[in-house]
Amino acid sequence: MKYVDEYREARRVRALAAAIHGETTRDWRIMEVCGGQTHAIVRFGLDQLLPRNLTLIHGPGCPVCVTPLELIDRALAIASRPEVTFCSFGDMLRVPGSTTDLLTVKSAGGDIRIVYSPLDALALARALPDREVVFFAVGFETTAPANAMAVVQAYREGVANFSVLVSHVTVPPALDAILSSGGNLVQGFLAAGHVCTVMGYEEYHHLAAKFHVPIVVTGFEPVDILEGVHFCVRQLEEGRAVVENQYARSVRPEGNATARSLIDEVFETVDRPWRGIGVIPGSGYRLRSRFQAHDAGLKFAVEKFVAVEPKECMSGSILQGQRTPHDCPAFGIRCTPESPLGATMVSSEGTCAAYYRYARFATGSSTCRVCEVGAAT
Amino acid sequence: MCLGVPGRINSLCEGELRTGKVDFGGVSKDVCLAFVPEAQIGDHVIVHVGFAICRIDEEQARTTLEYLDRMGELAELRRPVAP
Repeated sequence: MKYVDEYREARRVRALAAAIHGETTRDWRIMEVCGGQTHAIVRFGLDQLLPRNLTLIHGPGCPVCVTPLELIDRALAIASRPEVTFCSFGDMLRVPGSTTDLLTVKSAGGDIRIVYSPLDALALARALPDREVVFFAVGFETTAPANAMAVVQAYREGVANFSVLVSHVTVPPALDAILSSGGNLVQGFLAAGHVCTVMGYEEYHHLAAKFHVPIVVTGFEPVDILEGVHFCVRQLEEGRAVVENQYARSVRPEGNATARSLIDEVFETVDRPWRGIGVIPGSGYRLRSRFQAHDAGLKFAVEKFVAVEPKECMSGSILQGQRTPHDCPAFGIRCTPESPLGATMVSSEGTCAAYYRYARFATGSSTCRVCEVGAAT
Repeated sequence: MCLGVPGRINSLCEGELRTGKVDFGGVSKDVCLAFVPEAQIGDHVIVHVGFAICRIDEEQARTTLEYLDRMGELAELRRPVAP
């Protein structure tokens, strides 16, 4: 497939790995922000190609993982109502709330549908005027324009039985929180390519300067990720800290203006709790008051939930890159994708779930799957 | 979650909401093109949850790959010759 195959070619991967080896002289720790990048790194074994003194830290960039338990419980309560048809992306279905999950509610007779796009949920609301159709609007900035479009269309057409339960988080405040934390280990970032495709990267110049940290906007294929690492290492070795764009075929500095203006029209910024991390100021979206009629959180008032996370789970430290799944005694034993204890095991893009799926049960127990090269020396 | 898949626009439908058929390596899907008003038939776009979020810049893509390939060739030249 064009724009995929050429970014998975072994010769290009090898050339980049060689360049990174040639330029890395000290210990560096780089965080890839997006769960899609984490998934690709572990799936293709890209970290196994890097010098031993270069560590990739896996960031909090999986919106499914960081959706607070309270909100999952709220979704479950709404989805259990007899008048509701509850629509969600597939990856939310197995995420456990305090006592159950959406798949279990569905098997008990709840009307829960997996949709590919928020517009599919809106189409369902038009087709089922006697049902209350609720869409679980989870995501980062990448998904926000699509969810905003569904809300605007419902508003314009007066589809009164369509509402969204908004669980949107935004990346730059999370990077600020990670860098401000006392235990921060991150020296450079691979910023999330599709978040920046929508939002651009002008906001990141301030972060790079404030914390003197290189930020490289990076794509998702093996060649993209290694080139992002290469740019970042080069900056670290030269003592520079600026924003660079590795993913220029997709990302413009100003992002997608049409999509951004729709986000602004529909959403306003709020403080948001992140599962495993806590409240990050200004890191979430909620619907503007004009669209209140489509806010499922208001439409279906449910009691305030107090959810308690399992004590043994260390996903907060893992989300911030301070620990790895191998540091957790529950990993792969009491905590698996079938029975997850916390945030980083609940979605396939979570660090723990990616390590589990690709059999990373011990440090360095893998090879690069693009060029079949063993652990780097 | 932020998965974006590149595909080629095969047809356009200029309704209230701009849509089109996008081909993903042989699989065709209806995609909302409202966020890429500049994209035309034959262009490649990155699609996320049924929405194209950008038109792929072919020039930028070519430049990156040419840079990488030059870098690979240089690395080959630098490699010591086997005795």
